[in-house]
Amino acid sequence: MENIIHDYLRPKKSFPHVWCPGCGDGIVLNAMVRAIHSLGKSKDEVVFVSGIGCSSRAPAYTDFSSLHGIHGRALPFATGIKLANPKLTVVVFSGDGDALAIGGNHFIHACRRNIDITVVVIDNNIYGMTGGQASPTMPTGAYGATAPYGNLDRPFDVCKLAAAAGANYVARATAFQFFQLEKCIKEGIEKKGFSVIEAVTPCPSLYSFFNNTGRGVDMLKKLRDRAVTTQKAATLSPAELEDKIVTGVFANENFREYCAGYAELVEKAERSKKNEESL
Amino acid sequence: MLFYKLFKDKDGRKVGFVQANEACIEAALLAGMRFFAGYPITPSSEMASVSSEKLPMYGGKFIQMEDEIAAMTAVCGASMAGLKAMTATSGPGFSLKQEAIGYAAMNEIPCVIVNVQRAGPSTGLPTQVSQGDVMQARWGTHGDHPIIVLSPSTVVETADLTFDAFNLAEKYRTPVILLMDETLAHMREKITLPAENELKLVERKRATVPPSDYRSFDTRFGDVPPFEPYGGKYHFHITGLTHDEMGFPIVEPDDVVKAMDRIHRKINNNLDDIVKVKQFQTDDAEILLVSFGTPVRTCLGAMEIGRKEGLKIGVLQLQTIWPFPDKAVLNLAKKIGKIFVVELNMGQIINEVQRASQGKSNIKGINKYDGLFISPEEILGHIIESKG
Repeated sequence: MENIIHDYLRPKKSFPHVWCPGCGDGIVLNAMVRAIHSLGKSKDEVVFVSGIGCSSRAPAYTDFSSLHGIHGRALPFATGIKLANPKLTVVVFSGDGDALAIGGNHFIHACRRNIDITVVVIDNNIYGMTGGQASPTMPTGAYGATAPYGNLDRPFDVCKLAAAAGANYVARATAFQFFQLEKCIKEGIEKKGFSVIEAVTPCPSLYSFFNNTGRGVDMLKKLRDRAVTTQKAATLSPAELEDKIVTGVFANENFREYCAGYAELVEKAERSKKNEESL
Repeated sequence: MLFYKLFKDKDGRKVGFVQANEACIEAALLAGMRFFAGYPITPSSEMASVSSEKLPMYGGKFIQMEDEIAAMTAVCGASMAGLKAMTATSGPGFSLKQEAIGYAAMNEIPCVIVNVQRAGPSTGLPTQVSQGDVMQARWGTHGDHPIIVLSPSTVVETADLTFDAFNLAEKYRTPVILLMDETLAHMREKITLPAENELKLVERKRATVPPSDYRSFDTRFGDVPPFEPYGGKYHFHITGLTHDEMGFPIVEPDDVVKAMDRIHRKINNNLDDIVKVKQFQTDDAEILLVSFGTPVRTCLGAMEIGRKEGLKIGVLQLQTIWPFPDKAVLNLAKKIGKIFVVELNMGQIINEVQRASQGKSNIKGINKYDGLFISPEEILGHIIESKG
């Protein structure tokens, strides 16, 4: 595997990054950079957008133009950029809290709108940056800084949510399955329309602190053991699926993309303008 | 569906009998606005409707977002992609937009936010007039931040101040708020828009350095950094975190102070360019009415009637309310012993008038906050009552 990451890191940004040892965020960033590289995209045409949280720090490290926004709002920032200049390739990094709690409304509407943006939801089941609070994907019964007696809430299934809301492309991979993750991100970027890739990652600092899940390597091994493909999942009983992470592609549609729809609308508007100019 | 029609006069100027909400968007289109993100809310909804119909004709983009926050955030994104962008809302929506307005101030993103004020707090009186958002327009988003707020009193002035709002936003790389109110928003008056060759439009300053030397917030060319849009040879980063010239986070106290001072200095060092007031018969006035927005019209009516009855009334209209016109207020306070501050709230801008006048004049408030508009007779009643 050719190491291309250094060609994409910001020359003037001082490292080290903010991520803890064993964090999955760097793995997902590497997969995304490789996906963009393999598509032959110029840095000039890519804009990398994020909200707030551990994973949302990623755009600062790469040499794409980037926007580190406000909590939960990465998708509307990205929507403004993409609609203003549809030629751009707009990619978004968002955590499970950022994308699905404070940004949940934007998430489902971006799916519904089906605008050509690719969002990678880096799902570590916890709020890392703020100290380990329960997130919308934390399993019921797991522990966190705001779930000292075990989490009462049920977790979202990110992929079912995105597919039901109308995204053209929806896929899931774990941080252990690097090449599958890279492939999903690549397919997501290539797909015209809204693409959601859920990247399930370990948080060996805070998730592990509250739930005793070991160090980064231990958590990656666990992800490997829990992952099953959609094909395999179809043969398993609900009981057998309980602790599994189903990976693969959950939606691959070709609904009309928003900017393309807008271009069609412009043609109608231009006919009205002729009437206006004839005043 | 438009509820007005514009006609061209012999000089090519568009003429119409329109609401201020409609005038604002027509002026914005002439000013080069090419992106509007909105969310339905009374009494500003016409702005979104007109934008949705007109922007596609002008090569621009309209989008109805899923909420007010998303609308403001999309405006920030579109402006960073190089388009002149705006949104319009009213009280509850203006509250929701505040965090993203702070993001625009922090990242020096040119944009225009219209707030058609309605009575609050909370849902309040959605279809009735108020000027209760004066302080929110200044301090609504958290943290010390620079902001420019303009407030028109007529439909014609709405168009004029919309041009100013876009020009100031571009020139100083800042969000600009156009503070209107419900009475004005739905009032119809005749406007004549400037022909395209009569427009004096400002565009954001672009970079002159090569991409390798570009900085997101370059201070080498003055306090307003040159702008480059997303999509091109210039690769840069922006963040809501307190940042250096490269757009990367900083925590060093001296650096923080330097960054904060500059974003305020770019506004505060240019008050003569930004702050606009209008004076009416202040030369011989013994009583001064200070007001902004639609009640200025009532003040002018009170002035006319009062003068016939021997009351030497003058009017100071604050077209710019933030930064506050300290100088104009102080100069008149030194000359005129009695000042009445007329506003459709329980007393907001009066505190600024008191501060700026440095005790040189006797200041009283004339306040109305029952959801109705104020009449000249009401103003005169207060003046006569205070004479005893």
